[in-house]
Amino acid sequence: MEYFLHILILINIYIIIALSLNLIAGYTGLLSLAHASFYGIGAYATALMWLYLGTGFWLNIFVGIFLSAVFGIIVAFPSLRMYDDYFAIATFGFQMIMFSIFNNWVDFTKGPLGIPGIPSPSVFGHAINTHIGYFFLTLFFAAITYWLVRRLVNSPFGLVLKGIREDEIFTKAAGKNVTKYKILVFVIGGALASVAGALYAHYISYIDPTSFTINESIFMISIVIIGGMASLNGSILGAVVLVILPEALRFIGLPNSVAANLRQIFYGLLLVLFMMFRPKGFIGEYAIRKK
Amino acid sequence: MQSGKSDFVLKNINKSFDGIQAVNGFNFEWQDYKIVGLIGPNGAGKTTLFNVITGFLQADKGSFLLKGNDILKLPSYQIVKRGISRTFQDLRLLRQVTVKENILLWHLNQVGENPFKAWVRGTKYSEDQAKNNARADEILEFIGLQEKQNDLAGALSYGQQKLLSLGCALATEAEYLLLDEPVAGINPSMIDVILKILQELGAQGKKILLIEHNIEVVRQICDWLVVMDEGRKIAEGMPDDVLQREEIIEAYLD
Ligand SMILES: Nc1ncnc2c1ncn2[C@@H]1O[C@H](COP(=O)(O)OP(=O)(O)OP(=O)(O)O)[C@@H](O)[C@H]1O
Ligand SMILES: [Mg+2]
Repeated sequence: MEYFLHILILINIYIIIALSLNLIAGYTGLLSLAHASFYGIGAYATALMWLYLGTGFWLNIFVGIFLSAVFGIIVAFPSLRMYDDYFAIATFGFQMIMFSIFNNWVDFTKGPLGIPGIPSPSVFGHAINTHIGYFFLTLFFAAITYWLVRRLVNSPFGLVLKGIREDEIFTKAAGKNVTKYKILVFVIGGALASVAGALYAHYISYIDPTSFTINESIFMISIVIIGGMASLNGSILGAVVLVILPEALRFIGLPNSVAANLRQIFYGLLLVLFMMFRPKGFIGEYAIRKK
Repeated sequence: MQSGKSDFVLKNINKSFDGIQAVNGFNFEWQDYKIVGLIGPNGAGKTTLFNVITGFLQADKGSFLLKGNDILKLPSYQIVKRGISRTFQDLRLLRQVTVKENILLWHLNQVGENPFKAWVRGTKYSEDQAKNNARADEILEFIGLQEKQNDLAGALSYGQQKLLSLGCALATEAEYLLLDEPVAGINPSMIDVILKILQELGAQGKKILLIEHNIEVVRQICDWLVVMDEGRKIAEGMPDDVLQREEIIEAYLD
């Protein structure tokens, strides 16, 4: 039962991540490989606030949101001058920089040793320290994220994002300040991902830089692409499938070490197959390559 | 021609692309015209002139006085807010969103463009949405695409797509419409549809500047004609007068 809940908690966390990344990549067409940075900023903000200042979950989440928003402005900048593959490479660079900071600023972040013992959050005076408690906490945040992203994409704001994705010049002619929207979408998407990071840090109670690598960013974009670009339900489905998949591999009786390697191969293969045969993902409304 | 009274004045507009002087000291004053035709041979600089005055290209020199204010340096998204809407020669649309959404995108300063207001959705948001929706329906009806409103724009015929791009330009409620070859490449019956719409817009008080190669079209709907060649204005006047002149015919035969 706990194992089952553990999987569901991870799914909730990845739903938050996938929805927030879909806003950036699926709706706005900005293929970002820096999303694990925002997740990491949220996790480290929570852990470090607790470590150095002894502050609690709710304040820490807001600090994470704030820092991610600032980082979002920075990540958005290359998108103002670079397009498609070039932009993706620039975000790759930001991802490497953030990982280096988590990994190498040992005095502050504890580096590769990580930060253990992150305490349970407390909600209305109740400590969340059971799996069922974490399940509902993460579900609550996933639901809020869904609601926030859904309202955005079904509004004039969301229509501008789609406009940027399909034709920036057309969107400018329609009187939209494209620069402003690109920055906003990274601020919002990054802030939401940071919440997922904070939840993860509290739930696992230990974080180290290996959870916030470029591999993790690629895993995140895989969820969005395979689930379906510009589809919220696709992101949910993608998170469910890609979180369960490695567990399923374990269940068919493969030893853990083999399953872990196989997992990477499986993700890679899945991505290639989807790109070739179903670029819209499971239920996406927009193919990643339209030309 | 009296000077200083016009709301729309182009003064000495220059734009070159490494070596090519695409627009060369272009001057124009919009008097009491409804539909102005801008003609000239391929490469004359017509589209470049549009791009410069709508903020998509930076001019090398010159000014664009709109009601007395020089707006030449403003970014494109602000120019349209000053009442100048444009279409593109290389037909631009959002092909993967619906016909109606293409029009909705062009409503200016929508409440729901602000993410916080899109989240909260107060009465201001709802009122604005209702207003824009109703206006989009009106435009769809006016251009005759109401039955296609939920289709993807990419599924329309080429002529309908051109019509839609005109509908988009209307949603800004701009006083001036700058249309780059609105009937090029479409079939004659659709051309008639679009020309009727343009005349109707002229009658409603819109001011239209249109680039066009088809002389018959120009003769039919324009009340003023500007001829451009090698980046310069080489003539302007009433269409029937201008189109008789030797040098115009020569420029075209080049
Ligand atoms: N972005 C650009 N970079 C370099 N040269 C350009 C650019 N845009 C236009 N030109 C050049 O400027 C000149 C004017 O081009 P423009 O497109 O304005 O002509 P036009 O009058 O619209 O022609 P057409 O009737 O064929 O559309 C041409 O020589 C063209 O090659
Ligand atoms: Mg042209």
